[in-house]
Amino acid sequence: MSSQLPPFFPLRAGRVHEVCGPASTGFSAIAAAVAGGRALWVQEAWLADMLTPAGMMPLLDPAKLLLARTQNQTDSLAVAEEALKDGSLSLVVLEVTRPLDLREGRRLQLAARAGGTTGLCLIPEGMGSNAAETRWRATPIFDPAQGDSTLMRWEIIKNKSGTIGAWHVHWDAQTHRLHVVPPVGERPGSAGTPE
Amino acid sequence: MWFPRLASDRVLRARPSDAPFVIAARTGSTELIHCLNPAAEQAGLHRGMRMADARSFCPDLLSQPADLPRDTRFLRGLRRWAERFCPWVGFEGTDGLVLDITGSAHLWGGEAALLADMRARLARANIDVRLGAAGTRGAAWALAHFAPQDTAEDGLLALPVAALRLAPEIVTGLQRLGLRSIGDLTASPRAPLARRFGPDLLLRLDQALGAQPEPVTPEAEPPQFSTRLTFPEPIGLEADVMAATERLLAPLCAKLAAQDMGARRLCLTLRRVDQASQQVELRLAAAMREPTRILPLFQRGVAEVDAGFGIDQIRLEAVQTEPLPVQQIGPQVASPDRLADLITRIGTRIGLENIQRFLPADSHIPERSFLIAPAAFSEAQGGFHAPRPRPIRLFPPEPIHASGAQPPARFRWRRMTLTTARATGPERITPEWWLPDDNWRSGLRDYWKIDTREGRRLWLFYTPQNPGWFVQGEFA
Repeated sequence: MSSQLPPFFPLRAGRVHEVCGPASTGFSAIAAAVAGGRALWVQEAWLADMLTPAGMMPLLDPAKLLLARTQNQTDSLAVAEEALKDGSLSLVVLEVTRPLDLREGRRLQLAARAGGTTGLCLIPEGMGSNAAETRWRATPIFDPAQGDSTLMRWEIIKNKSGTIGAWHVHWDAQTHRLHVVPPVGERPGSAGTPE
Repeated sequence: MWFPRLASDRVLRARPSDAPFVIAARTGSTELIHCLNPAAEQAGLHRGMRMADARSFCPDLLSQPADLPRDTRFLRGLRRWAERFCPWVGFEGTDGLVLDITGSAHLWGGEAALLADMRARLARANIDVRLGAAGTRGAAWALAHFAPQDTAEDGLLALPVAALRLAPEIVTGLQRLGLRSIGDLTASPRAPLARRFGPDLLLRLDQALGAQPEPVTPEAEPPQFSTRLTFPEPIGLEADVMAATERLLAPLCAKLAAQDMGARRLCLTLRRVDQASQQVELRLAAAMREPTRILPLFQRGVAEVDAGFGIDQIRLEAVQTEPLPVQQIGPQVASPDRLADLITRIGTRIGLENIQRFLPADSHIPERSFLIAPAAFSEAQGGFHAPRPRPIRLFPPEPIHASGAQPPARFRWRRMTLTTARATGPERITPEWWLPDDNWRSGLRDYWKIDTREGRRLWLFYTPQNPGWFVQGEFA
């Protein structure tokens, strides 16, 4: 088990990044924990999904998280832009429900640069914006060894300033650290693996 | 100044009428007349009469229920108005004012002219008033309540003993002794009176005659946190309005600072040339009083105002204020301030209550194990605890096809076929019977953490009392 972080993580500050895939919530929580400081999570109010502090606790102190519930995506974008520009937060997570156009993506990028805050858009698969600095796909991986595992596969699928790649990572709740782990044996996600 | 018909005058000012009119106050189960106008008095009604009797005396009687808080507010308004005569104005009971006109009567051309001016102004305002001017507060009260108009101060001795502000049983006792007027009382020896009626009688007598001092306590005016600005020419540019707001903010914040207060809600009223007015409301996430911090927060609201043909008056009021004592500043204090500013700015767009934070709550029900509170009205708290791993995302329970108490080996969820690789559980959670919750109608739940071979880590539950399997959450 090696303990260095994957490259391009922590996310580059002052830029807006994107993450998709089933483990994107966990990815965002880890990004907020690694960034330190306070984070704002912008979500549209009609979404039935609810973040829970109890589930977040191994990853991130729930007291450091602020939530903003907005009426529609236009409000979400305005809130995110304002929060990114202000610079008093360390991470702004924005849940995107429709694809951002170039203008919106660029405005977020400029706001993040002005405030020096990291932005992270949670996007549904394939709704990325061209303005994003990096785009990640996070998928949970079955870990045969451990019950309470947070084994995930993080994959950079777009990178403006580097190469792409994929890593298996594991969050250690005791030490609050992220570890890159080598994919042991056969890839656990593939079908028909014997126990 | 005594206002014998304060309550009815207040109502009749808004709706003038010459018909008999009374204000009825409910005491216990009966309605009694609380206040009445002269027309009602001529019809034979009197104060304290039952409303049922009054209606039989006077079938076309108009009445309204008493509203004591509004009467008090009306009297407070009169008190402010009375400050035009002299600076020392206090309340006298619930229907009178006491003015210390020593040294200010000559400004109005003497006491008689002052009283005439007061009477004329109040008559124009349709407020019935009885005035009494005397060297002491007690004597003035007696003259106002018991003497006919314009009685000189030496007429005091002829007034009945009730004019001394005495308890009714003392008045009755004095009348039984044959002491009917104040003059009778002063002529009789003091010691037996004190023995018979207690010290109160002599105190009131001395206060009326001037042997005992009785000061007038002027009411302190509650601080008014509002400023306004009128322009000689209407303005319409956003920059001009902001400049005017800046000019208003400085004195307002100085006022707040002098009282150790901070504004929590500000209201900027812009009156246009065509008399229409528009309001820009600003709700702050934390009490503050720095003009340089508040001004940029108005930018967004002012930009939305339709100036029409121009704005000729603006008024800025701190609608809601909170105590904000001076604090020692240090490097750590700066950060929450900036965050509060940010919350305010976002709050003007999406509403201050939509910016929330988690607070711990004591419940085993997953949806109730935390509270979501508006960030502007709560403090961040630690103390979250989870005895077992909990999902990071909860959604409304989604049914899946499975049967039996053991978790299914394969199931379909959201159009995915998933294979169970490891099942941890069950963890039984019973509904909180003391709180009715429709989502928990199906009874007990056995929660399982299912690690699927495909990777997803899901939170499933089985309801043994009402067999069925549901997916409720996903782990990180």
